[in-house]
Amino acid sequence: MTALLEIRDLKAEIAGKQILNGYDLTVNAGEVHAIMGPNGSGKSTLSYVLSGRPGYTITEGQALLAGADLSQMSVDERAAAGLFLAFQYPLEVPGVATMTFLRAALNAQRKKRGEEEMSSPDLIKRVKELAKILDMDMEMLRRPVNVGFSGGEKKRAETLQMMLLEPKLCILDETDSGLDIDALKVVSNGVNQLRSKDRGIVVITHYQRLLDYITPDVVHVQSAGRIVRTGGKELALELEETGYARYQAEAA
Amino acid sequence: MAAVQETVEQVRRVGADQYKYGFVTDIESDLAPKGLSEEVIRFISAKKGEPEWMLDWRLEAYRRWLTMTEPKWARVDYPAIDYQDLYYYAAPKSTAGPKSLDEVDPELLRTYEKLGIPLHEREILAGVERPEGEERPRVAVDAVFDSVSVATTFKEELKKAGVIFCPISEALREHPELVRKYLGTVVPTSDNYFATLNSAVFSDGSFVYIPPGVRCPMELSTYFRINEKNTGQFERTLIIADRGSYVSYLEGCTAPKRDENQLHAAVVELVTLDDAEIKYSTVQNWYPGDENGKGGIYNFVTKRGDCRGANSKISWTQVETGSAITWKYPSCVLRGDNSRGEFYSIAISNGRQQVDSGTKMIHLGKGTTSRIISKGISAGRSSNAYRGLVSAHRKAEGARNFTNCDSLLIGDACSAHTIPYIEAKNPSCVFEHEATTSKISEDVLFYCMQRGLSQEDATALVVNGFVRDVLQQLPMEFAVEAQKLISVSLEGSVG
Ligand SMILES: Nc1ncnc2c1ncn2[C@@H]1O[C@H](COP(=O)(O)OP(=O)(O)OP(=O)(O)O)[C@@H](O)[C@H]1O
Ligand SMILES: [Mg+2]
Repeated sequence: MTALLEIRDLKAEIAGKQILNGYDLTVNAGEVHAIMGPNGSGKSTLSYVLSGRPGYTITEGQALLAGADLSQMSVDERAAAGLFLAFQYPLEVPGVATMTFLRAALNAQRKKRGEEEMSSPDLIKRVKELAKILDMDMEMLRRPVNVGFSGGEKKRAETLQMMLLEPKLCILDETDSGLDIDALKVVSNGVNQLRSKDRGIVVITHYQRLLDYITPDVVHVQSAGRIVRTGGKELALELEETGYARYQAEAA
Repeated sequence: MAAVQETVEQVRRVGADQYKYGFVTDIESDLAPKGLSEEVIRFISAKKGEPEWMLDWRLEAYRRWLTMTEPKWARVDYPAIDYQDLYYYAAPKSTAGPKSLDEVDPELLRTYEKLGIPLHEREILAGVERPEGEERPRVAVDAVFDSVSVATTFKEELKKAGVIFCPISEALREHPELVRKYLGTVVPTSDNYFATLNSAVFSDGSFVYIPPGVRCPMELSTYFRINEKNTGQFERTLIIADRGSYVSYLEGCTAPKRDENQLHAAVVELVTLDDAEIKYSTVQNWYPGDENGKGGIYNFVTKRGDCRGANSKISWTQVETGSAITWKYPSCVLRGDNSRGEFYSIAISNGRQQVDSGTKMIHLGKGTTSRIISKGISAGRSSNAYRGLVSAHRKAEGARNFTNCDSLLIGDACSAHTIPYIEAKNPSCVFEHEATTSKISEDVLFYCMQRGLSQEDATALVVNGFVRDVLQQLPMEFAVEAQKLISVSLEGSVG
């Protein structure tokens, strides 16, 4: 069976500086993977390389989404193929109401996949349901995308977008940072609703706490641009105790 | 960064081929002899059956124009215009005089339909989708084809309200006293080179008079279409809102794709008396020329509003996407005490377009206020300048202005300039000015594209967000049209 995400010996650089050094990762549909690792180890870089952010170049190796070579696809094609990135730092889009943005995004993806567009009433209905799950005020969705949202509100909004778009592969880059304790539960609950046998989820996080709510099938430790250890959910607990010192020494 | 480079490459390949209004209508025209002379002016005046004083007025302007030189201060660059190589009058042969809609050449009606401007009143009523329960907007249209007005709709209904909405040539025959009283009182024949030329040769345009206390029962609009080759269009619009009246007026413009440049030198005069208000919106989509700068309209326009009465208000909203060259400064003379002027502008330039546009707010009366919101977007190899004057006369006690000018750059080959002039002769006035210039953010585009939007759609979305404040000023029906137009004019600016 083809893996949902297959990364083989991936090397990638930004501004001539190599950040990913032979990255290997396989995520099957139905699995939840957690990636942990020290600051600057290239976790966000991985997410940008996979989603095709300008400036990030693959120099060696491959990344396949359901067997398709990501490097051959434009950013929006990757999105339409089901790759979603919940940004560590979501961007603001001034003057564009969140609802307008959601409609544009969803229908653009649907169109690319040859599906019918979602009607406005259906969309509003769906967004209302999601906002309820995420305990968000509909008033916020009338405001421009992320403009003036607090850190936590931005993360909720990212989660709402993800739930609406129903991607095949969700990459959550520190979605937990900036969330208060209650919000963490609410957002985790939203993410858990997305768990399904057809979907893969990769959560990048620094804290074991998130994994109490979103229980991972596999935990990876990333250091200096590659995965240095893989284990079960207990690995996260161990990291909590020991920190990254030994891995950083190993990687160096 | 690589992506920027890529965008620049794509911008290089920019095609203005997206211009979908570039077709030519095959219709026989009545042309004045080529070139400009007293004879040609007499010809135009005679064609229109004008009174003697009007001919004298034109001739006086013409003689003055001969002594003037073309202004060169704007940030635009174009080869010298040969004024003798133009036709100053072109009229579809079939329209000998004013007609009812049923008599209009079907070829012309088809042209307007193609442009999305149905002239049949029934179609206008039926054509616009609205949420249930909301009343359908009705828009009366005056359609000007080259030098003449070919049809005006809803005239009867407007007449009941006492509103006069007709071609200016008709107004000269039927309401000469009104025309004579106001024509040239806002933009005098001596105003500037292009306005003087217009005064000599203007062919048609719209005339609007709203009687005291009347709120015009529908939107009024004029659609200008240049069809004939080598023809200048010199329309003249005059709108008078009498005491306590209100009108919202919109003009739209298109022209066929032609390799030669076409000259458009219009004059628009607005007058508001006490407590009256005019809202004037423009959606200008003249042919911008091809990617090498060949062809396109030269748009040299003088638009000015005179808030003659106390507490009166004039508001200009413009969405400028077309023309090879735009030279245009819709202005307000705030003469009446406590009168108000507003200018909301979106100017988009792509390909090799050159825009030098802005406004003038002249505060003469006490307690006058003005507001300027300008959004310039440059893409391709275009140049986009905002030029604005805010001035207060000695007597303009307590005058206030707020100006906000934002420029957005798409790619590396375009440019934006902000050139503000401020003159405050009264110490009590307060003028505020804010300006920003930014490049469209690659990060924001990436964010939008990560959600599935193509680069083009992402750019259009970001630009629509950037201009939102101004779009909101447009009448609802036209805001949607303008939004589409913005996307279309940016096509080819990115991959
Ligand atoms: N434009 C750039 N030019 C040079 N180096 C860069 C650039 N962008 C990122 N880097 C470097 O790449 C490395 C990896 O950064 P990345 O953001 O992927 O780390 P991270 O693991 O997500 O860290 P954190 O846990 O703090 O979010 C860092 O050392 C960073 O400084
Ligand atoms: Mg990171």
